[in-house]
Amino acid sequence: MAISRLRNFSIIAHIDHGKSTLADRLLEYTGALSDREKQDQFLDKMDLERERGITIKAQTVRLNYRADDGNDYVLNLIDTPGHVDFTYEVSRSLAACEGGLLVVDASQGVEAQTLANVYLALDNNLEVFPVLNKIDLPAADPERVIQEIEEIIGIDAHDAVLASAKEGIGTHEILEEIVKKIPAPTGDPSAPLKALLFDSWYDQYQGVIILVRLFEGTLKKGDKIQLMSTNRSYEALKVGVFAPVMLEVPALSAGEVGFVIAGIKDVADAKVGDTVTLLNRQCERALAGFKEVKPMVFSGLYPIDTAQYEQLRDALAKLKLNDSSFSYEPETSVALGFGYRCGFLGLLHMEIIQERLEREFGLDLITTAPTVVYKVHRVTGEVVTIESANLLPEPQFVDYLEEPFILAHIHVPNEFVGGVLALCEEKRGVQREIKYLTPTRVMIIYEMPLNEIVLDFYDKLKSITKGYASLDYEHLDYRRSELVRMNIMINGEVVDALSLIIHRDKAYFRGRDLVSKMKELIPRQMFEVAIQAAIGNKIIARETVKAMRKDVLAKCYGGDITRKRKLLEKQKEGKKRMKNVGNVELPQEAFLAILKVDDK
Amino acid sequence: MFTRLYLHIPFCRRKCPYCAFVSQESTAAGLDVYARTLLAEMGLAAHTFTAERPLESVYFGGGTPSLLDPRQIGRILKRAGDLFGLDREAEITLEANPGTVDMERLAAFRSAGVNRLSLGVQSFHDPMLAALGRIHSAAEAREAFRAARMAGFTNIGIDLIHALPEQTLPMWRSELEQALALGPEHISVYGLTVEEGTPFAQRYDVDSPLLPDEDLAVAMFEEADDVLTAAGYEHYEIANYALPGRRSAHNSGYWRRDGYLGLGCGAHSFLRQGYGVRFGNPADLDAYTDAVAQGHLPHGEEQRLTRQDAMAEFMFLGLRMADGIGESGFRQAFGIGLNETFGVALAKLTAQGLLEAAGDRVCLTRRGMLLSNQVFAHFLP
Repeated sequence: MAISRLRNFSIIAHIDHGKSTLADRLLEYTGALSDREKQDQFLDKMDLERERGITIKAQTVRLNYRADDGNDYVLNLIDTPGHVDFTYEVSRSLAACEGGLLVVDASQGVEAQTLANVYLALDNNLEVFPVLNKIDLPAADPERVIQEIEEIIGIDAHDAVLASAKEGIGTHEILEEIVKKIPAPTGDPSAPLKALLFDSWYDQYQGVIILVRLFEGTLKKGDKIQLMSTNRSYEALKVGVFAPVMLEVPALSAGEVGFVIAGIKDVADAKVGDTVTLLNRQCERALAGFKEVKPMVFSGLYPIDTAQYEQLRDALAKLKLNDSSFSYEPETSVALGFGYRCGFLGLLHMEIIQERLEREFGLDLITTAPTVVYKVHRVTGEVVTIESANLLPEPQFVDYLEEPFILAHIHVPNEFVGGVLALCEEKRGVQREIKYLTPTRVMIIYEMPLNEIVLDFYDKLKSITKGYASLDYEHLDYRRSELVRMNIMINGEVVDALSLIIHRDKAYFRGRDLVSKMKELIPRQMFEVAIQAAIGNKIIARETVKAMRKDVLAKCYGGDITRKRKLLEKQKEGKKRMKNVGNVELPQEAFLAILKVDDK
Repeated sequence: MFTRLYLHIPFCRRKCPYCAFVSQESTAAGLDVYARTLLAEMGLAAHTFTAERPLESVYFGGGTPSLLDPRQIGRILKRAGDLFGLDREAEITLEANPGTVDMERLAAFRSAGVNRLSLGVQSFHDPMLAALGRIHSAAEAREAFRAARMAGFTNIGIDLIHALPEQTLPMWRSELEQALALGPEHISVYGLTVEEGTPFAQRYDVDSPLLPDEDLAVAMFEEADDVLTAAGYEHYEIANYALPGRRSAHNSGYWRRDGYLGLGCGAHSFLRQGYGVRFGNPADLDAYTDAVAQGHLPHGEEQRLTRQDAMAEFMFLGLRMADGIGESGFRQAFGIGLNETFGVALAKLTAQGLLEAAGDRVCLTRRGMLLSNQVFAHFLP
């Protein structure tokens, strides 16, 4: 296929605006998917994704299309993950394209996430054209949404395609627009190979599969390739495309998109954004924009049933095969036993991993409160990073601490502006800008500490705005902060799983909150139990659970000793499931509830 | 295999909303059929099980056994004597509810062989009796007690319930005083437990503000202990008080793991065989009646206790009694010392002030009685 007949594009859309359904229609229309093969939302492979309507791993598919001009085209649809945690991956997928379809719900209009991804696309010099989806819905208001797109995003939308992916309306027009509006790629097939690795995953039969977009040169089966960030080389054992099933081809050349199987053992060696070249004929410079992705949010995962520890270890290893962006290290907690400290790109990523562990591997887990990565400046001048409050050195060894800040874009109807501003201030935000995108829609931009975001910001934002706000963020920098470690103690013993790093100004309220909640959750023991929140040696909050005084069964049911015994056995069973902190027995449920201290 | 006989009468004039016992509203015909079924079951049981010696106690529990015709009681006792032997000194108890008995009827029960009466008084406070759904008033309770005395009963127990909804400590004190005024030989004091599946469970949540809190319930328990002990009663079991020599022999048998045969719908048996065998009859009246009608012993699966099971029972039943358990009794039953078996738990519980040693015996402290479930759980295998 001549390079002039190639089109590489992505679909940019907010969750629920119909990206996956639209992708299905394009596949069907071009015959890539017969009705028999058709499975709703082909692009989202995992159940979890389908359930949540979001894409976690990018998929890509090649479509053959004969346009109205009579020519045959090859259209490569490159899907992008749809969440703020995966901004870097999105940017690399977009970098593989020349154009993008901006899909906007014709009744809901532009959302913050859409906006963030459109800007990413424009940064990557993509040609973006709008598609209004769901125009069949009674609430559809294309006029208003077109105006919104023009005002907010600043792209021409007067000839936006009106579509309904659900009803199959507008599919043909969209395909024509792709051919007409999106530029063909450029590149010299005879130049040294320069290809962008924009996705990779592990397949248990074939090893790591990488997806590449060739900018220069040609890649044939049997070529010796090299990944430029690691300088490791491999043999291209298989080269092909997804059509949408895997189809081997003799070669891929400049402008094309496809897969390579090269005997790579570990997805961590196939880094998204890396440049693929030939071992013996290397391109001069690697592609710009490569970044090592590092986990930003950490939490401890512990099996509720300690017997599941080995299973948890195996499950984590399996997930890691396919997801190099998350990390795990063994960790021990006095209160929770043996578990793992895991690192994630963000909260959604954390939730996804947790859910997959529970669902696919049948594990019951306790997840400790998420924390971010802090930089500790020791008095010696040495700087260390920590991702658990328990690793914070004693105060006398610490000069100061730094915490990560993010730039948050919050998109909200104007009636909620007051509430959102108050929330951002409460969460130690620094206002950067408030933009009225339209008379009724506002973009609030704040610099905020990530630790406040991972605590409960998102839940609070949702409740304040009745779910109308959307949030997008990018990482900014590390800033010096008045952070302290707050410990929770039960009868004088620190409960390590509940220690946290917190801003000094917040410690008092949070401490009081935690201990009063714990008072409700800790059952009476045979003795009085003191629950305290402390910073260093200073107690900042205290509650007492009075000693249990009465637990007696009076009546004997006509000699029914078996029943009595069963009641006692139940009680004893309950004790077995308790976690011991010092001499205090805590029910598992209490732990779970304390760790989820965010309902208010 | 057994020395005691329990007969369950699962009928009441009206079912009380706090009660989780097997019981239903009665009809005369139903009672008659039931009494004959009991006799038939006794006959079947006698083919399979044998008494170790003549019966030492017989207990008619319910339900409201006083709904039975005294002649039916007479027939049952006669039959029991014929089949198993009945000790001349045997304690023969009938549970009776005020409002179902008058002097004449009580006298007839006595002639039939009953020598101990357990009166379900529950309260001397009319609004409380109404709330409990009882069919009698406080005046009727007193009347029933006097009638029993006049009928010749010299061994009468009454039941009282505390920790009732909206009950205060002065109200409870008044209950105790009114009980003492009657001068019964035996007083059972139960704390109300809101049982799952009863109308009370729907009416009162576990943490309902209408129910006395833990501290008040404890104060009521302690008040009963103080007041009744001062009046000369022995607090001989967690929930039971008796004048000297008037402890319930039948109930004490449960705590000592004596063998007993339970007849009737929902009745439970314990046979001394190996480390002991427990089984129960169906709680469903039709299932029970049908089985007996077809000539089968109606009981469900037998549970054969292991040595460990029996040790646990020895502890959690024996410790219910104020006398507690003895080293020698334990060694005799299991051929091993108490401390070798439960030393760690005993030391811990003693240190916590829940158990105390007296000579070669171990017993619950008053605090231990109130926390007895916590204590007992330590002895389960």
